[in-house]
Amino acid sequence: MKENRILEVNHLDLSFRLGNEVNHVIRDISFHLNQGETLAIVGESGSGKSVTTKAILGMIDDNGFLGKGEILFRTSRTGKEDEIVDLTKKDKKYMQKYVRGSKIAIIFQDPMTSLDPTMTIGKQIMESMLEHKKVASKKEAMAKTIQLLDLVGIEQPEKRVRQYPHQLSGGMRQRVVIAIALACEPDVLIADEPTTALDVTIQSQILELIKDLQKKTGVSIIFITHDLGVVANVADRVAVMYAGKIVEEGLASEIYYDPRHPYTWGLLSSIPSLDGQDEEIYSIPGTPPNLIDPPKGDAFAYRSEYALEIDFEEQPPMFQISDTHFAASWLLHPSAPKVDMPLVLAKRIAAFNERRSQE
Amino acid sequence: MTKFIAKRILLSLATLFVILFILFLLLQFMPGSPFNDEKLTAAQQAVLMAKYGLDKPFFIRFWIYLQNVVLRGDFGISYAIKKDMLVSGIVIARLGTSVRIGLQALLLGVSLGVLFGVISGSKRNTWMDSMATVAAVIGVSIPSYVLALVLSFVLGYKFRIFSITYQVDQPLWSSILPTIALSFFVMAQTTRFLRTELIEVLASDYVKLVDAKGVARPKVILRHGLRNAMISVITILGPLTVNLMTGSLVVERVYGIPGIGSLLVEGIQVNDYNVIIMIAFVYSALYIFVNLIVDILYGVIDPRIRVAKGG
Ligand SMILES: Nc1ncnc2c1ncn2[C@@H]1O[C@H](COP(=O)(O)OP(=O)(O)OP(=O)(O)O)[C@@H](O)[C@H]1O
Ligand code: SF4
Ligand SMILES: [Mg+2]
Repeated sequence: MKENRILEVNHLDLSFRLGNEVNHVIRDISFHLNQGETLAIVGESGSGKSVTTKAILGMIDDNGFLGKGEILFRTSRTGKEDEIVDLTKKDKKYMQKYVRGSKIAIIFQDPMTSLDPTMTIGKQIMESMLEHKKVASKKEAMAKTIQLLDLVGIEQPEKRVRQYPHQLSGGMRQRVVIAIALACEPDVLIADEPTTALDVTIQSQILELIKDLQKKTGVSIIFITHDLGVVANVADRVAVMYAGKIVEEGLASEIYYDPRHPYTWGLLSSIPSLDGQDEEIYSIPGTPPNLIDPPKGDAFAYRSEYALEIDFEEQPPMFQISDTHFAASWLLHPSAPKVDMPLVLAKRIAAFNERRSQE
Repeated sequence: MTKFIAKRILLSLATLFVILFILFLLLQFMPGSPFNDEKLTAAQQAVLMAKYGLDKPFFIRFWIYLQNVVLRGDFGISYAIKKDMLVSGIVIARLGTSVRIGLQALLLGVSLGVLFGVISGSKRNTWMDSMATVAAVIGVSIPSYVLALVLSFVLGYKFRIFSITYQVDQPLWSSILPTIALSFFVMAQTTRFLRTELIEVLASDYVKLVDAKGVARPKVILRHGLRNAMISVITILGPLTVNLMTGSLVVERVYGIPGIGSLLVEGIQVNDYNVIIMIAFVYSALYIFVNLIVDILYGVIDPRIRVAKGG
């Protein structure tokens, strides 16, 4: 694993048992997270984003099982020397004691259901500090909790710590959930659609907050979303996921300005326009395939107007476009016919570029 | 919270008042009661009339009855079981034993139910879960009197570990079998209910978040799972109390326990109306009291209720 990487997922396979059938939801995915960066994982509902994060935390449902693959994580139990551990080889006890909450923390989508209704928010924030012995006493935990609430932008933290979740608004609750995630100063923060359940105005506040916290703490972030528009200003790199595979991966600028995979084209075309001009809003036709009996060839072929004959026969390999940019589409094969991205999207990107050069 | 409790207490008292009124109303229409017994001579009736003010209008009579009940706990005299004794004396002398055995059964049943419920809810689809589920199904389907007979036959008669009947000079030892017989249903219901609730709570987002915080499993289950699951389980305490009361009618007979359950059965057999009415009233009061406790527990466990009700 390269020096600057904190997490690396290699050829991971994951399935769920459903009666006699096997739902093969994560199919040979690989990606990595660099120290201090934000990686956005983007894909439609059901593409396997949440399952991937659960695999990292060792929290897969009981009917799930890992196939081949590894999840390498740079950590240090002693606080001195770094070691690289394969999280797929660690048992529940290890994950609970040395990874979850203390090294890798997560924020869920819906702040209305993420907090225990019967416990004060102060106690819920203190809980992981005390569990992982990050503080010497309850008093210290309380002091740190108040600091944290202040950090995530909650006013009158001394009063709030004694309140229950139902006394807080949705936006405030998500701030509390973020405070919980940061309580043990984790190295990696996974944000699983943290703004999807919130109003648009609150959404941008929370995004700002996450960005700001990253500056202050240097935490590395995996940001899950189904909307490429949301992460435009947040992500350093983007991985596009489709039907349990990563189909394109690159620097944010490469994905937004030079997308190569037809599925990424579709996702980009379906972002509602930011300046409110009425362009056509695109939606990708059809639905993702059933992974209990996945189609032969490329899983996107039957939804893609660009599909070639080979697409129905064989899965495309990852083609490299630059040092950092990869895409899995036969269109990138040297002998494939030349195909251009949809006109709507080309126009959009041209407009972006123009604006960028003006700024 | 104090305001909330005060309100609940007032409401309970009002309910009791209504119940007393209905019971009084029923008393007026009961055939063969001393008030309209055809065998009474005119002179005897006149005495009763004077004593209970039977010639007065209905509401005045109720007022007198109410005063007797509230100020002196006087529900009239017994006509059959202990002729001319105050009913209140007879009932109160037997109340303690019934309430004690009822509480023992409730405590035992709920404790075991919580234990089994937590085990089977958190270790779903293991052999422990299956055992608890089987025990729960048996407990729900076997009536307590059958269990009472079986227990007293096997452990009392066959193996002679316990005495077959209740002994007044061994109030604890000899109440073990009836307690078990009564607690089985409570245990079974609590197990079943808690299991379902706990499974749901453990699958909730907030428990997943606690898991993601790296909290050790036992703490996740007890601190977050059980506490939240108990909010719903508490609601069945009321119905369980009713079950204990009806169960005690027969179980007290089986073991010869001098309690109000067996007294009520006796009272019904010999038409001792005042006894019946007082026991009906006591049962209502107990039921209302349990519900009051449930409401208060609710507030203690669930902050959404506590805070909203201005505590
Ligand atoms: N316990 C399970 N048993 C069977 N299938 C499961 C289980 N958990 C998840 N899946 C399946 O795995 C696939 C990926 O689910 P996942 O939750 O990762 O999607 P997602 O990309 O996070 O979507 P969303 O945007 O809706 O959150 C889905 O098809 C889902 O039905
Ligand atoms: S591999 Fe073929 S089907 Fe898949 S995205 Fe590329 S062109 Fe479309
Ligand atoms: Mg998801």
